[in-house]
Amino acid sequence: MADYDIVTAAHREGRLTASDYIAKLAPDFMELHGDRLCGDDAAVIGGIGTIGKIPVTLIALEKGKTTEERIRHNFGSAHPEGYRKALRLMQQAEKFRRPVVCLVDTAGAFCGVDAEEHGQGRAIADNLAKMSTLRTPILSVILGEGGSGGALALCHSDRIWMMEDAYLSVVSPESCANILWKDTARANEAAEALALTAPKLRRLQLIDRICKAGDPKALAADITAELTELRKMTFTELLETRYRKFRTAGY
Amino acid sequence: MNLRSFFLKANNAPEKSGMRFGRHIVCKGCGRQLSVARLRREYFVCPACGRYITVRARRRILLLTDRRSFVEHDRDLISRNILAFPHYDEKLETARANSRENEAVVCGTAAVDGHPVCIFAMDANFMMGSMGTVVGEKITRLFEYATERHLPVIGVTVSGGARMQEGMFSLLQMSKVSAAVKRHSDGGNLYIVLLTDPTTGGVDASFAMLGDITLAEPGARVGFAGPRVIEKSLNQALPKDFQRAEQVQRCGFIDAIVPRREQRECIAKLIGWHTE
Repeated sequence: MADYDIVTAAHREGRLTASDYIAKLAPDFMELHGDRLCGDDAAVIGGIGTIGKIPVTLIALEKGKTTEERIRHNFGSAHPEGYRKALRLMQQAEKFRRPVVCLVDTAGAFCGVDAEEHGQGRAIADNLAKMSTLRTPILSVILGEGGSGGALALCHSDRIWMMEDAYLSVVSPESCANILWKDTARANEAAEALALTAPKLRRLQLIDRICKAGDPKALAADITAELTELRKMTFTELLETRYRKFRTAGY
Repeated sequence: MNLRSFFLKANNAPEKSGMRFGRHIVCKGCGRQLSVARLRREYFVCPACGRYITVRARRRILLLTDRRSFVEHDRDLISRNILAFPHYDEKLETARANSRENEAVVCGTAAVDGHPVCIFAMDANFMMGSMGTVVGEKITRLFEYATERHLPVIGVTVSGGARMQEGMFSLLQMSKVSAAVKRHSDGGNLYIVLLTDPTTGGVDASFAMLGDITLAEPGARVGFAGPRVIEKSLNQALPKDFQRAEQVQRCGFIDAIVPRREQRECIAKLIGWHTE
């Protein structure tokens, strides 16, 4: 399968969305709403649930399934309010020493006038900075689309995992081809060059694990095992390891 | 300089808002030819129409710091084509020739009114100030240096965002620099950002928005998504002052908009308040 086919397949309707995974990973999940500042962005689902026997804070970018749902969830593209809700729930998790699991599936942060005016850049930056010292384990899984800064804002984690058929990229191949060659038809070339698939990113050591797609049971077991390991670390160790993980990116 | 880069340089107009001819710069706002000597006195603001002429990173640092105080760090870090991205090597070569810099950011230590500071300035002439691994690394090293020595950091941003040609390596620089800024901040140290035109994309969504004090140049574009992307995806015309510093300040994300000739004094005052 060509890299670009992975991108288009990840974008396609009918895939399992984050809420499908949540239902299987944590059947007792309870959603918690709102950023406590001004809004509640449905593109981000947050709440508490039990994975294995561990209570975790789950934060997910949700695309929705039916057209109606997809509109309500804004096709998984979050506004600043969504990232702020995510941060609020992460800080709550920190307070109660609950691990955080982020499920990422977004073409990117929402591009719009209100999103800009409400500080999309600041919201993402704040998540990156504050997650870097969050005193509880964070694990992120890219389920389908991992679109640029909008995905990264939930990926400043101790472990970054990817579904075998997901992608994670600095820019969409279409935009990349458009900017570099003024030709969106060359998106397949761009996709190839961007090294955005799970196997390529694993080889570059930018992600930690490739997960089998469509198998929430196996994922739940892996998450439980990983969180158990991460919880054995002291906070100092955990934060130092997290710092090093990103510190060494590219160097 | 080799012959190739000489021609590359000759073929590419280096400055976005002022084209250089010998010792003159043509203002893109009003078309007047202005001598570099005159512009230097005017802080590179066109005396006729008031347009802010894009200045190189090195000149930025000169404009903001004490004379002869700047000592550069990590000048020799040079980007590699990690992903073997098509034509990236050539692009880097052109950028080096156009900007006369090795990368899109210049970092180092300097003094402001006698106070020691760390300073970085990005350079729009180098691939539109885009952030790849070297930009991320240099800024991270500067913050780590400043954290160890309890020095304030002054950052002048101008960037189109993360550098596509380095793929996920570029994107992760946002995380890397943000974490270094957080450590610097947790150490009780001051970070002043000066946003200049344009500060967008991955830089806007990381260290440009993490300052203790956020200053901006008048009229600077500051935002996450490019205006054309928004226009295209929403199919709507954008308000006239959209993403301009004045509007972004009204939205609550900029502390003060400071004219170029007042920037040094303003920053010196802020540094003074935060130094014993």
